Amino acid sequence: MATSFQTALENLRATRVWKSIFRRGPAITNRTRSVAVFGNLFLHWLPVKVREKSLRVRAAYYLGSLSFLLFLILVITGVLLMFYYHPAAPNAYRDMKDLRFVVSNGVFLRNMHRIAAHLMVLLVFCHMFHVFYRGGYKPPHEFNWVIGVVLLLITLFLSYTGYLLPWDQLAFWAVTVGTNIVSAMPIIGSKVRFVALGGNIVGENALLRFYVLHVVILPLLAFLFIGVHFWRVQKDGGLTVRSKDDDRKN
Amino acid sequence: MSDTKSTPAPDSAHIASRPAEVSRRDFLGEITLGALGVAGLGGAGLTYQYFSPNVLFEPSTTFRAGNPDLYPLNSVTFLQDQQVYIVRTPGGFFAVSAVCTHLGCVTQWKPEANMIACPCHGSKFEPNGKKIEGPAPRPLPHFSVTLTADGELLVDKLQVIKPDQVLSV
Repeated sequence: MATSFQTALENLRATRVWKSIFRRGPAITNRTRSVAVFGNLFLHWLPVKVREKSLRVRAAYYLGSLSFLLFLILVITGVLLMFYYHPAAPNAYRDMKDLRFVVSNGVFLRNMHRIAAHLMVLLVFCHMFHVFYRGGYKPPHEFNWVIGVVLLLITLFLSYTGYLLPWDQLAFWAVTVGTNIVSAMPIIGSKVRFVALGGNIVGENALLRFYVLHVVILPLLAFLFIGVHFWRVQKDGGLTVRSKDDDRKN
Repeated sequence: MSDTKSTPAPDSAHIASRPAEVSRRDFLGEITLGALGVAGLGGAGLTYQYFSPNVLFEPSTTFRAGNPDLYPLNSVTFLQDQQVYIVRTPGGFFAVSAVCTHLGCVTQWKPEANMIACPCHGSKFEPNGKKIEGPAPRPLPHFSVTLTADGELLVDKLQVIKPDQVLSV
């Protein structure tokens, strides 16, 4: 059985289609494994080799990876929710209610999106605290720390813009209060509020603006900065695991 | 300059008399950067204009508050739809915003305590909008009140006036 499977796999690898996709040979030596990682768009920014130590749970409690997993869940459930949600004042609240009570499995997707969003904010904060208390902001990781702070802000803005979309009282007042805080900025405050809301009150324009930010601009920025963040982890020498050896070197 | 070698020797005296020597490459580079800068600034300005709507489908900020006789002397009347108090004192009329200056909650008139109170965070104001107690940072603003040609009160919520301006009828 095993041999016939291996034969089938070898036959598959010999086909012209397979060779056109995976242009390297089988990853059987350290060199070919490295080449396989480098030559793959989805893997090339990950380290070719990982220290066993940095895979342990205690290394980072997987907080960053879990945040990323939640982000992927949010993208998938969010795209699915977009098929029923209209970002317009007469529809938004009813569409949210429809998702909960009318659409098959809508309540599951909506709750998954909501709970994942809350958890993501929590885990991103945990990740940041963990990195901070481990000294992960110190050289050579300063740049990646700054990227991380930008990602924290993007997460908070995603959370805040998504909060308006159900278009209920909670959403309306949260955004009213938040944008009033913005207007407390000296000189430009009221102008920033006017442009952010597209008017003087939280209305149709504000809903549409927050929607576009929530589903297009902020997720694209998040993907961009997550890419740089992950890439820099490798370039800065892997996860920040401080051991006694590291201390002695310093 | 790095590319002085391109300058022929016989002309050197003539060129040295010029105030500064800029190579063609540097000149074109600076012109290009300048043009891109101007275009960038213009683009930013146009984008800002694009994001500031010129026509708003919002409730009107001016409203008629009815005949002055509707309001008894020494009274504070809360107009729910407009979130404004119409106050009539012996001196005349003024309009006070009902939106708390702290975080935008709608305040309530408490006749038994003779004060305006915010239910959200406990700010207290006098009937003329003056702050008694925080966390509100500022007094409640006064809006301009005028009389229409047919003798009704007209309030403009975009025009904030000084608290001592009172409309006597």
